[in-house]
Amino acid sequence: MDATLIGAIIHAILVASTPLVFAGLGALIQERAGVLNLGIEGLMIVGALAGFVVALSGQPLALSVVAAAGAGAALALIFAILVLRLEANPVATGLALTLFGLGVAALFGAQYVGASAPPVKAWSIPVLSDIPVLGRALFAHDPLVYGSVLLAIMLWWFLNKTRGGLILRAVGEDHDAAHAMGFSVIGVRFLAICLGGAMAGVGGAYLTLVQTPMFVEGMTAGRGWIALALVVFAAWRPLRVLLGAYLFGSVTILQLHSQALGISIAAQWLSMLPYLATVVALVVISARGVQGTSAPASLGKTFRVSR
Amino acid sequence: MKGFGTKAVALAAALVLAACSDNEQASAPEGSSDRVKAGFIYVGPVSDGGWTYEHNQGRLAVEAAFGDKVETTFVESVSEGPDAERVLSQMANDGADIIFTTSFGFMNPTVKVAEQFPNVKFEHATGFKRADNLATYSSRFYEGRHVLGLIAGQMTKTNTIGYIASFPIPEVVRGINAAYLAAKSVNPDVQFKIIWVSTWFDPGKEADAAKALIDQGADILMQHTDSPAAMQIAEQRGIFAFGQASDMAAHGPNAQLTSIIDDWAPYYIERVGAVIDGTWSSSDTWGGFNTGMVALAPYGAAVPDDVKAMAEEARIAISEGRLHPFTGPVNKQDGSPWLAAGETADDGTLLGMDFYVEGIEGSLPSGQ
Repeated sequence: MDATLIGAIIHAILVASTPLVFAGLGALIQERAGVLNLGIEGLMIVGALAGFVVALSGQPLALSVVAAAGAGAALALIFAILVLRLEANPVATGLALTLFGLGVAALFGAQYVGASAPPVKAWSIPVLSDIPVLGRALFAHDPLVYGSVLLAIMLWWFLNKTRGGLILRAVGEDHDAAHAMGFSVIGVRFLAICLGGAMAGVGGAYLTLVQTPMFVEGMTAGRGWIALALVVFAAWRPLRVLLGAYLFGSVTILQLHSQALGISIAAQWLSMLPYLATVVALVVISARGVQGTSAPASLGKTFRVSR
Repeated sequence: MKGFGTKAVALAAALVLAACSDNEQASAPEGSSDRVKAGFIYVGPVSDGGWTYEHNQGRLAVEAAFGDKVETTFVESVSEGPDAERVLSQMANDGADIIFTTSFGFMNPTVKVAEQFPNVKFEHATGFKRADNLATYSSRFYEGRHVLGLIAGQMTKTNTIGYIASFPIPEVVRGINAAYLAAKSVNPDVQFKIIWVSTWFDPGKEADAAKALIDQGADILMQHTDSPAAMQIAEQRGIFAFGQASDMAAHGPNAQLTSIIDDWAPYYIERVGAVIDGTWSSSDTWGGFNTGMVALAPYGAAVPDDVKAMAEEARIAISEGRLHPFTGPVNKQDGSPWLAAGETADDGTLLGMDFYVEGIEGSLPSGQ
């Protein structure tokens, strides 16, 4: 295996992982606020369609991304109203959101099947991208790859270093206490859900804008579920979501390359790996029994002011 | 709290069930019992731009051919397994006269449901189990693969052909072997790199596989998966590719050399016509270039004239029965002899093909 190939593999891993980074962070911000949203897959595909439609009309990438984020946030808003205002069961509502998103995207996407969007140009970072092997692997990407890394760092900073982040975590850990301290639990969760929906939408749009610039129904192919597993695997920490996504991405890409190199591992095992890794991570977390590294205490619980 | 949890699970299950059954669509009003009802079960979405798309074109051709005399229904994106059995029974209960199940993985569900509904006619694509009310049909796609292999062998500069494969079933293995033998016959140095993606339809994964193959030196891609993702990547990276099941030139105007096109319309019209006339009987149809069930998309501009001429000659020779893509001497991958010089493969061996021919590297993944 020569250096150019290794560079190409790393490049492909970053591309394959980027939708997972966005969607994983989108699930994470909601879960840190105490909201379990199983609708990530639906949010992703709606974002994928919205981003693609805008890109098809010849608009710049930034506008496509905004459209995808908007579509994700809009669908997430429905979830927020159902779960926070009408106090619907979050698990059932999340599943419904996935099914609804897939269906709605298939319905409105049917007319765009067969169209190809213009490929997104890479932003090569001067100097850095000239480094042999690693330069092309790490610094010759489309803007969204850099954006996903930046988003992970910003989210980490927000959650750990700002007052806003502290409030969000307080709402996720103990919503009654947060409420007693005068914070608007419902308000914080509304915001978290919409932001998370926007991120998941961008994650989906990465598929239709960069990875395969076309739209077909069901093309997220379970990535939303991997993103949910990823958050658990990462013990609800943004930077670990980033690493975990790259790990999951590596598994996919290395498996393909190993086959082409003539090393065969049963593909079924490798498809299982993200979920197996999540189970192992859960076991490790609970074996250590450390407070604060595991799930937010109020995750998935319905908050009622009147109580 | 306990009751609440159970309720949530029940609700979730109900939602999933509801979603599974609501992609069924009827295209004609109900209640006209004198019409022949033809049902179709698809493994992917009608809009996949490949395999399922072409089956649906066949269904539309049946409607166009018989007008008021038929009524067709279809269910798309049916998973291969117990769910297929449920969908099939429902279709039979709803009064279908003939049901086409259009993927290899529907074989056992179709056999089972055919036993329960002896008065309904079943037609299973690409399988090998038959009964009095269960016919099988398929196309000799390997004939098309032979022509693709000839073109690829002559046009590759890196001597490396990338092949994106779905599942190690005979149909797919046969395609790889046919393409390889043809490529090898015109280019002794040719090498096939094969990636199994374990899916018929996941554009993201198909694209990743295409990139991996290109990064490893492939300059021509073949695929046995259903989406045009690989074609699109080939176009972006400036290499060539062959489409699958449908003309994919829209996704790779410069990249597509040609494409195998499945044309199911003649068969579907013939079989539904037989039900209308009351002459239907169980049979095994395996049509190729000669029946029009396998066709090729127009050759791409990049194909040189001499290659084009050779490809056309092979297509006509196969169509007229003068050429068989599997003609000896051919050894199996392990070196054991399969076909003696001049001997051609029999259909039984082809239908159950579970080995690579000599010269292909790597091992076949264990079957599904």
